[in-house]
Formats: sequence, C-alpha cells, structure tokens
Amino acid sequence: MNNPILAIEHLSVTFNYRQTVVDDISFAIHAGETFALVGESGSGKSITALSVLRLLPNNARLKAEAIKLNGDDLLKRSEFELCKIRGRRIGFIFQDPMSSLNPVMTIGSQIEEVIKLHFDLPRDALKQRALELLQQVEIPAPQQRIKDYPHQLSGGQRQRVMIAIALAGKPDLLIADEPTTSLDVTIQAQILALLKNIQQQTGMALWLISHDLALVSSIADRVAVMQQGKIVETGATAEFFSQPKHPYTRKLLNALPSMQSCLTHSAEEKPPLLQVSDFYCYYPIRKGLFKRIVDYVRAVDGVSFNIQQGKTLALVGESGCGKTTLGKSLLNLIPGSGRVVINGVELNALSGEALRQQRANIQIVFQDPFSSMNPRMLVGDIIAEGIRALHPKLSPEQRKARVGQLLQQVDLPEDSALRYPHEFSGGQRQRICIARALAVDPKLIVCDEPTSALDVSVQAQIIQLLKTLQQEKGVSYLFITHDLAVVAEIADDVAVMYKGKIIEQGSVAEILTQPKQAYTKKLLAAVPVLEVGQSADKR
Amino acid sequence: MIILWTDALIYLLIAVMLALGLYLRGKEHIQRPLQQIGCNKIGMVSLVVLLFFVLIGLLDSVHFKPADDKQNEIVSLLDYWATPLREHGEKTYSAPFATTLYSKEMMMLEDGSMQWGYPRLEFGGRHLTNPETETIPDILQKALYGWAQGASLIVFFIFLMWTLSAERYQRLTGNSTAKAVLAVVFVIVSCSYALIYLSGYYHVFGTDKVGEDVFYQAVKSIRTGLVIGTLTTLIMLPMAIIFGILAGFFRGWVDDIIQYIYTTLNSIPGVLLIAASILMVQVYMANHEADFTSVIVRADMRLLFLCMILGVTSWTGLCRLLRAETLKLREMEYVQAASALGVKQGAILLRHILPNVMHIVLISVVLDFSSLVLAEAVLSYINIGVDPTSYSWGNMINGARLEMAREPIVWWSLTAAFVFMFALVLAANLFADVVQDAFDPRRSGNE
Repeated sequence: MNNPILAIEHLSVTFNYRQTVVDDISFAIHAGETFALVGESGSGKSITALSVLRLLPNNARLKAEAIKLNGDDLLKRSEFELCKIRGRRIGFIFQDPMSSLNPVMTIGSQIEEVIKLHFDLPRDALKQRALELLQQVEIPAPQQRIKDYPHQLSGGQRQRVMIAIALAGKPDLLIADEPTTSLDVTIQAQILALLKNIQQQTGMALWLISHDLALVSSIADRVAVMQQGKIVETGATAEFFSQPKHPYTRKLLNALPSMQSCLTHSAEEKPPLLQVSDFYCYYPIRKGLFKRIVDYVRAVDGVSFNIQQGKTLALVGESGCGKTTLGKSLLNLIPGSGRVVINGVELNALSGEALRQQRANIQIVFQDPFSSMNPRMLVGDIIAEGIRALHPKLSPEQRKARVGQLLQQVDLPEDSALRYPHEFSGGQRQRICIARALAVDPKLIVCDEPTSALDVSVQAQIIQLLKTLQQEKGVSYLFITHDLAVVAEIADDVAVMYKGKIIEQGSVAEILTQPKQAYTKKLLAAVPVLEVGQSADKR
Repeated sequence: MIILWTDALIYLLIAVMLALGLYLRGKEHIQRPLQQIGCNKIGMVSLVVLLFFVLIGLLDSVHFKPADDKQNEIVSLLDYWATPLREHGEKTYSAPFATTLYSKEMMMLEDGSMQWGYPRLEFGGRHLTNPETETIPDILQKALYGWAQGASLIVFFIFLMWTLSAERYQRLTGNSTAKAVLAVVFVIVSCSYALIYLSGYYHVFGTDKVGEDVFYQAVKSIRTGLVIGTLTTLIMLPMAIIFGILAGFFRGWVDDIIQYIYTTLNSIPGVLLIAASILMVQVYMANHEADFTSVIVRADMRLLFLCMILGVTSWTGLCRLLRAETLKLREMEYVQAASALGVKQGAILLRHILPNVMHIVLISVVLDFSSLVLAEAVLSYINIGVDPTSYSWGNMINGARLEMAREPIVWWSLTAAFVFMFALVLAANLFADVVQDAFDPRRSGNE
C-alpha cells in the first residue's frame, strides 16, 4: 500500500506514572479510508486520539516511537508547530455538540475564526468560505443560519456546525470522537451519511471512535477493537464482522441486542396492572410582569395505555418527545392530570399521606447511574431508605437483613452495603439503583433509559438482570428508551411516542416487523444494524 | 467564679461539641474520615496549633474575683497567672527587649543634675546593671533556660509514657504523623516556656503608648478573636442554612419571602446596622448602670452584641450560595428517587440536601472566620468594634496605625497582632482544607 496519512508506532500513555491507559499500540490510517477504533468506555480510545494531537491532561505521560502524519513525525514538532497542524491538517469533532460551541458567538463567526487561523483571506472571502462550509454540511438556508447563535440550532445542526469547523482547515485527517452518541437515532444516521459523503468528496481519511459496533459496521472500511489499552484485533470490516478472531470481539458482538429476539416473546394475555387514560402534562409558559400564563408546553398530550402484570411496555421515542416526563409524572414527581389506576387504586385522586403510602407500588430507575445516588450516603443506607420510609416498624437488624437479601438479588457482594456509591462502576451502580427500587416491593418499575449510559456488555447484563427479576417477582416494567434494539430484547409491548402523543402501540413483534406509521418506519430504518454475518456468530 | 455572657456561650459551644463527639463515636462512616484526618500531617499539626489557641482562649474565659485583690476587679485565670505582666506597666513606648524608653526625656541623674536622654525602664531589664553589654548574653541565657524547662517537661512526659506503657509509647512515636505532632507540641511548649520566662524580665514584644506589655495584649486578644470568629458563625449558620435550604427546596412563595428578607437586609449598609446596634447597647448600659458595674462586664456585653449584629448582617451571602446549590440538588435524581420512595420532605432535606451542601458551609465558615477576625479590626478602626478598653488585635492595629508615620517607626504592636492573627487564620484554613478533603467521599476514595 502507499504511504499512510497517519501512522502510530508503539504508543503508550501512562497516568500518574502507574496507570497505563494506552499500552503499546500501533496502527496506520490511509488516505480516503474510514478507520474505526471501537472499545468500551475506559479502554483508552479517546486518549489515543488526544495523544496524536498532544492534548493530553497534565498528569499523563506519552511514550511512542513515532506518530507520523504524512511521514512527518509529530513527536519531533514543537508545541508551536503543532498548533498549526491541529485544525489545519487534522480536524477534530468532539462528542458533545452542546458544550463544544461558544454560546455567545454566532456560528458564522466561530467558523470564520477557525478559517482565519489557517488561511489568510480577505473578509468577503472568509464569509464566502464559511457559507460554503455550511452548505457542505447540509445546513438548510445557510445565508440566514450563519447569523444564528448555537442555542437556536438543534443538536444535530450543532454537530453539523462542529463538522464544518473541523473541515475549515481542509484537513487530511478527520478524527471524530463519538460524534453521534448524544444524538437521536434518526439524526445519528443523517450525520453518519454526511460524514461519509464529505469523505468521498474530499478524499480525506476519517478516524471514527465509537463504542457502537453496529454503527461502525455500516460506515467503516477497517475496524480495530481496543480493550484495556491494547488493540486486540484489526481487520477489514467485512472480514471483521463475519469472522471475529479474538474472544473479546466475539463477546462484544454477542452482547449486542438484536432485533430478531423479539419473536421469542410469549403473547399470553395477563390482567392489566396499570391503566393510564387521557393523561396530560403541561408546563405553563409564563411571561410579563405578573408572570401570567400565556401558553403551555404540551410535554405529554393525552396519552392512554395499559401495562399487564409481569409484562414490559417499552416507551420509544426521540429525545424531547415527552417520554421521560410521562414516566416521572406517573410517579407524581412532575404534576400531571388524567386517570392513573394501579392495582385498582387511583393514584391521581390521592395526596399527602395516602399518596406516600401508595408510592411503594411504582418505583423508578434513572438513566444516569452517577447522579441517581446521594454521594454522601452508604449504599446500605441508600437501599434501606425506602424501607425506612414505608415500613418504619422494622428493626435495624431486619432492615439490614433485607438489604443483604436485595444486594444478593442484584448480584452484588453483601459487603457493598458499607461502601460509598463512587466506589462502584456504572453497571454496579445501576444494580444498586435497581435494588433500591425493589426494596419496597413495587408492582411496577419505570426504567428511564437505564442502559443508555452503559457499555454494551454491561448493558446486556443489566437487561438480563431485569428479565430475571421479572420472572422471579412478577414485576412489570415501563421501559423508556430510544434504543430499538434493546426494546426487542426486553419488551412485550411497545408504544411509540412522538411530540407528546402515543402514535402507535402494539406487541413488540407487530411494531418492529410491521410498523404502520411513517414515523415508526423512519425510526426503525435509522437503527444501525450489523450488516454482515450477524446471525452466524450469535450464540 | 463569675460567668460572663460570652463565657456562658463558649461553655455551651464546648458542651455541644462534646455531645456531638459522643454521638458520633459509634458511627462507622464518620469514623473513617476522622481517622484520615488523624493520619494527615498538615491537618494534625494545624489542629495542634488551633488547640493551643483555644486553650489560651479558654483559660481567658474562666473569670473570678481573686480573694487577695484590692481593686475588686474581675480577672480571668490567664490574667491571674500573668499578673506580673499585667501590672508591669511602663511610661510609654519601648521596643522589644529594650531596657530604655523609646523616646527621650528629661531625667535626673544621681548627682542631681538634669539630662536629656533615654531613661531606664521600670521593669524591662531592671535586673541588669550595665544594659549595653549585658543585655544580649542575658536574653540568650534566659531564653535557653526557659526553653530547657519546657523541653525537659516534654521529655519527662515522653519518658513517663515509656515507663508506664511501652505499647502506648510505640503508638505515640510509631508513625510519621504522630512524630510531626510531637515535634510541634515540643516546639510550642518549649518556646512558650522560653517566652514566659523571658517576659518576667523583659517586654518581649515591647510596650504600647500607655506602657502596657504588647505580648500580654496579643495573648489576651486571642479570646476576642476566637469569640468573634466562632460565636458570630454560630449565630449566622442556623439562619443561613435553614433559610437557604428552605428557599431552594420549596421555591414558590417561601423562596419569594426569604429572598425579599435577604435582599432588604443586604441593601442596608452593614456598618450602619452595626453602629446603630452598638449605640443601642451603649444607651441600654447607660440606663442600667447598676447591672454593669465592672468594665469587663460592659466590654463583654458589647462584644456579645457585636457578634450578634455581625451574625445578622453576614448570613445573606452564605444563604444565597446555599439556595443556589439546593436549587441544583433538588433536581438531582437521588432526590427524586427518595420522594418516589415515599421519604418525607423533612427527611429528604436532612439526609439528601444538607449533607451535600455541608462542604459549602464548611468552606464559608472558615473563610468567614478569618474575615470576621479581620472585620473586627476594621470596625475597631471606626470605633464601633469591640470596647476600646478590651483587648483585640483590631484595637492593637488601630492603636499602631497612628504611629506608622513616626520616625523611627513603632512596629511591634502591628507585628505582634499580625503574627498572632496570621498563625490563627492560617491554622484554621489549613485544618478546614483537610477536613473538607476527608469528608468528601469522592476524593477520599482515591487515597
């Protein structure tokens, strides 16, 4: 092959002189190629990218034989020279488009600023070039949009602006670090198509960093898998997915939830546990001197559904469609109006002490395992909190025994009770959250994207745990998610939500295989699927 | 024994802290950070320094009327032990370790003639016959003697430990933190012995305008500093915490009312409030002269009122911080999970909100402690601080500022106040840093 654009030889990165994050890795990226570096969180993939640009945090130490960009060793360049390479020859796109743009500058001036750094252009040409870039990233009506501030754009558009900024220096190599993780599925597909498109136009190399194997399979030419700082397997995409060699790769592929699994669910009818009818949740918009209510944000707009005992209803929709609001207002955390009947008790008619007693029936597991536990409480106290509140008569010994039992149920060691939440990994924390919800013997658990902050393999474990608990205890779930593949794994029924309304509901097989609404079809089409040899390795 | 108002509050504070200590003894998750503090060198050393200050402050808070006193004056234990220092007044300024006054005077020689010169001090260096040559060897000798006394006391103590229980001796000198603490105790005790011994013969920090010993003034000021720092915080804290958390948690009309209160309070200049309240106390004391017979009682009343009014004017800043933090915390998912679990609102406030704002409280308490000690100095400057007759670093600085322009400069009052204030505030800051690190579970885990 011809000379690679980027060649990394024996790169190692150590933190604080002892913690090796990247361990002696070598690879090369060629011109016009899409190279994907895949790995779970903490495997060192982002650090690898940052060390190419020498943007590592202060406590990191970098060691490498060579990092060559077009044959030019970056390690021998001074910091000053490297500044001219960053953005000019290597573009970088970060994960979070919300925090990567300066909120007080128009997007036009932010793009122009980067162009000015690298090219000496007169003012008109500068603006012209910014417009071209916005056109290139397919932002509609760039003439008007160029004067907009970041908050006026949607998440997908902001990511497009970030791409435009990265392209401003006409780089040979574009590094995209999880470019679509914080975006909805439909927008994710658009952004990927855009990246591919631009790459074909310009012929630059694209280095994609992702944790999502399915996504990578649809776009990359070559894939490398990283585990604990080492590259365990590299290969061309087709070959990689059809014949994975390394056991870790196989494990990753097997952990992927697959759309086929929905066909195995039983269709047996059970009596309804939760009945929701005509449920509304409006936020008032207040304006003017006296804060009069001028309008409402219709977060949940007339929703009706049932959940059967011991079954799972998946609530699917893009971010901002009101699914989380619905989940929280079922628990009375957000005020809503409408009929909510659980186990024959009408929740909305209750208030005060009577409501507090009924709270045991519905519990919630949140998305973010980091903010959902009080960092200053011991895990044992966190789990025991609900028992203390709702069964105050239990003695401390009984409570302790119950906590031990709960920890066992979620497969955590019993001595976890005396540790703090920060000592646990994301998946373990989610187990603690599940134990906390289970502590009061709920009939229904609202799971608000419980797996979206977790790695694939951990995600599979949590879903398995939820399924096991359902079989043992007959608990029902309202599973809120945007990930249709997970839905196929766990749900019995699906409700699709769009702009505060449920537009389609039915059994999981029905919705996933024969969707009726155009929106559902669009959602399904946007889900990245492993294209090659997927079923062959599924075991 | 006579208990003044501030004494009573100090005793109360100590009782509360002891009770808290007993209550927390069995709590495992509180014990761990405490042990971590116990292993931290800087933390323990600054704690020792703080305790030394507190000890002096406490000695100064036990007031009584000595039986042998002729003037019917209320004195503290510290005063009683430092009686020579208290009574060895000079005429006016004298430099540290000086044997003569700082200014020239007409003095009568032995032969009856008059001469313009520096007269000998009445007490400083009295025992010397030929001050020019004898002073320095005498100071060194006496310092060494006093130092040796203190040093031997500590050595004797360690020896006692060793003979009584070898195991305990091992624990005392086994790890590096204990060694550091022991070293600091050794330095403090031996140096204070040297200072005490020296101050029997000299004015170690010189004398002020009316000839009072500056060392004595600085030591007496420790109590004033501690009282202003702790009592004010004690008055301010409950208001700030309760109002701040309630406003942030309940929002709505509760928030409106509390915000209204502190915005109003904030818009009145603090100095004006303080001046008004001090004036009120003075008027009150003038009308009830029978209740305030002694100078000390009057000064104490004024100090107490100063603490109170400082507390009332200074809670708003912390309250606002806590309100903002609570607004953030109440949206956290663990708070929502707790209310989904049917935990009562009071319990949520106590278990979830309060512990998570404590770091802010701790930081601002320490910063406030230092700034209050400094504020006292500023207020003394415009004569609305502590009573001019009571000892405080503020009064010392205020007195010294007038002499800054003098040539040669009178530097010792200012320096003494600065050194004592610096040591106290630095120790408090360092200790608070360590406490904060230890009680933050996210950080202590990485150690």
